Amino acid sequence: MKTIQLVALLFLLHLAPAHAGKTLDQVRQRAQLACGVSTGVIGFSSADSQGRWNGFDVDLCRAVAAAVLNDAAKVKYVPLNAQQRFTALQSGEVDLLSRNTTWTLTRDASLGLHFTAVTYYDGQGFLVPKKLKITSAKQLKNAEICVQSGTTTEKNLGDWFKAQGIRIKPVVFEKFEASIKAFFSGRCQAYTTDASALAFIRSKEAPQPDDYVVLPDLISKEPLGPVVRRGDDEWFAIVKWVVFALIEAEEYGITQANLEQMKASTDPAVQRLLGTAEDSGKLLGLERDWAARAIKAVGNYGEMFQRNVGSASPLKLPRGLNALWSKGGLMYAPPVR
Amino acid sequence: MKPTLLDWLRRNLFSDAFSSLTTLALLAAALWWLPGLVDWLLLQARFRPDAAACAAVNHAGACWGVVAEKYRIILFGRYPYEEQWRPLLATALLLTAILAGSLRLLSRGPLLAAWTLALPGFLLLMGGGWFGLSPVGSDQWGGLPLTLLLATLGMLLALPLALLVALGRQSSLPLLRGLCRIYVELVRGVPLISVLFLASFLFPIILPQGTSVDVLLRVQAGIVLFAAAYLSETIRGGLQGVPAGQHDAAAALGLGRWQALRWIILPQALRAVVPSMMNSAVSIFKDTSLVTVVSMYELTGALSLALAGDAEWRSFQLEGYLFIGLIYWIGCYAMSRFSRGLEQAGSNARAMA
Repeated sequence: MKTIQLVALLFLLHLAPAHAGKTLDQVRQRAQLACGVSTGVIGFSSADSQGRWNGFDVDLCRAVAAAVLNDAAKVKYVPLNAQQRFTALQSGEVDLLSRNTTWTLTRDASLGLHFTAVTYYDGQGFLVPKKLKITSAKQLKNAEICVQSGTTTEKNLGDWFKAQGIRIKPVVFEKFEASIKAFFSGRCQAYTTDASALAFIRSKEAPQPDDYVVLPDLISKEPLGPVVRRGDDEWFAIVKWVVFALIEAEEYGITQANLEQMKASTDPAVQRLLGTAEDSGKLLGLERDWAARAIKAVGNYGEMFQRNVGSASPLKLPRGLNALWSKGGLMYAPPVR
Repeated sequence: MKPTLLDWLRRNLFSDAFSSLTTLALLAAALWWLPGLVDWLLLQARFRPDAAACAAVNHAGACWGVVAEKYRIILFGRYPYEEQWRPLLATALLLTAILAGSLRLLSRGPLLAAWTLALPGFLLLMGGGWFGLSPVGSDQWGGLPLTLLLATLGMLLALPLALLVALGRQSSLPLLRGLCRIYVELVRGVPLISVLFLASFLFPIILPQGTSVDVLLRVQAGIVLFAAAYLSETIRGGLQGVPAGQHDAAAALGLGRWQALRWIILPQALRAVVPSMMNSAVSIFKDTSLVTVVSMYELTGALSLALAGDAEWRSFQLEGYLFIGLIYWIGCYAMSRFSRGLEQAGSNARAMA
């Protein structure tokens, strides 16, 4: 299966230039943004009972659609699993991949695609039963560790313990549900995945949440962000700057609610961002109020975070690394000017 | 004397020491397991779509509320919510045609007419783009209608192809024989999942630039080719099982080769392999669940779409799987009843001959 995918991908790489520079035109022509999302990750992307999509990754699709098409609803969501996500982007099935994808050198340099910006800094952690009395991942010697296949998680696990000189036995599962069911039924001594998911798995999936603890160690850097096809620099810039605009909006205190008042602001930086003084959209090939539309659709970065994965959501994740740079986090957008 | 209940019990359940022991053991097991099962399935179960009530039970009882809450997305996948009466109607149409065929409600002429109406009707309803129905791309089709379409078309189209291939393998032309054999060995030698990958990812690349074939069509073609390879071997077995004397007898009656095939050989060959063909049909029906790997969300795919990202309902996957398991079981059971009907009709025909 892997070989076939690889062959398919290699073929596709040769065809990639055929799509060059046309994504914006195509999206406008069909009046719809095709956005690749995950088939279901709590807080990031999920379809509700009426089939409406919501989540952090989904909001980014909406923001881009709002900036480009002036309508956040004009998005076709294409749910993709971990194995097919890059092929779908390459073959032009989606214009944008907003799907919990870790930015790595291999992916950036060899798959014919570009990571635009980091929207979420994640890291890989461990969940262990309390009764094992483990306080650090380094104590997991000879432990069996449940992990999901086909993700960077599996590779990190091997790498980190190899670097530590500790032997472990990974127990690999294809499906997420299978992997956590196995862990909670005692198949493994530890469960590993991105920290953004661990707290929720503990509180909602564990038979007795108090019997389990999340270890403090993070063994990897998982910068997640939207991805576009190579060979279309204009589209690459648009997606990148929509992300930056949302971060910038938080920095200047522009929210979904106060957007209209902020349009009257005399702060030149706010005026530039919202297009009230100079036209920042023209350089991107967009209308002058591109950023204002995106903010109107999903709010600023902080609002998007809190609503989907932060304090106002079931995940209740702390901002942590994802706070603004001015508040001790890593979220830093180049200036819109 | 009329046999009493006691006689029946003695004869069927307690005929000797071993069967008495087995009966008692099974009875004990049933008494041991049944109350808990009934308790979980029904007594402690929650039927209303109320996540808080389900969470309160904490898996001591089934949460059928998850089905009540999510049945539309499980049954119809990504199909636009407001338009879901269309897949409902389309599914009903296709099921009616299938039932009319398998229960022999219609004679051959009307049945053919029913099918020629049902299949295009299904596709037109699902696809839209006419009569004021909004167009819905086949990539958005999902759930039960997709499962049914893939399985039904898969069988309907694979059968004639398989018949041709089986006959080809018996042909006196070495080239034709060789080609048929290569096809069967090639397709049978790879798993369905790689056929699906080829159909959905590699095939578009082979096509000239600018032309694109609908992904559903490609996947359907993959399933047909796959099923036909297996079916053709089954049919070939049936053909070889017809005694050589039948060929000679047909020739003696002055029947030509095709006449003999049509009236003497094929009826016997096909009748003999009804159970194994139905076996293939059942496995194709269930194999359609593999299309999830190429982004098509039939029943099983739609279920994970419905639940995987939902904080409130995700922990009730088991109930969801039981629900679609029931749908699959009903489908498979109906097929095996149909097959039994066919076999009986076959043996009646033989008895009359």
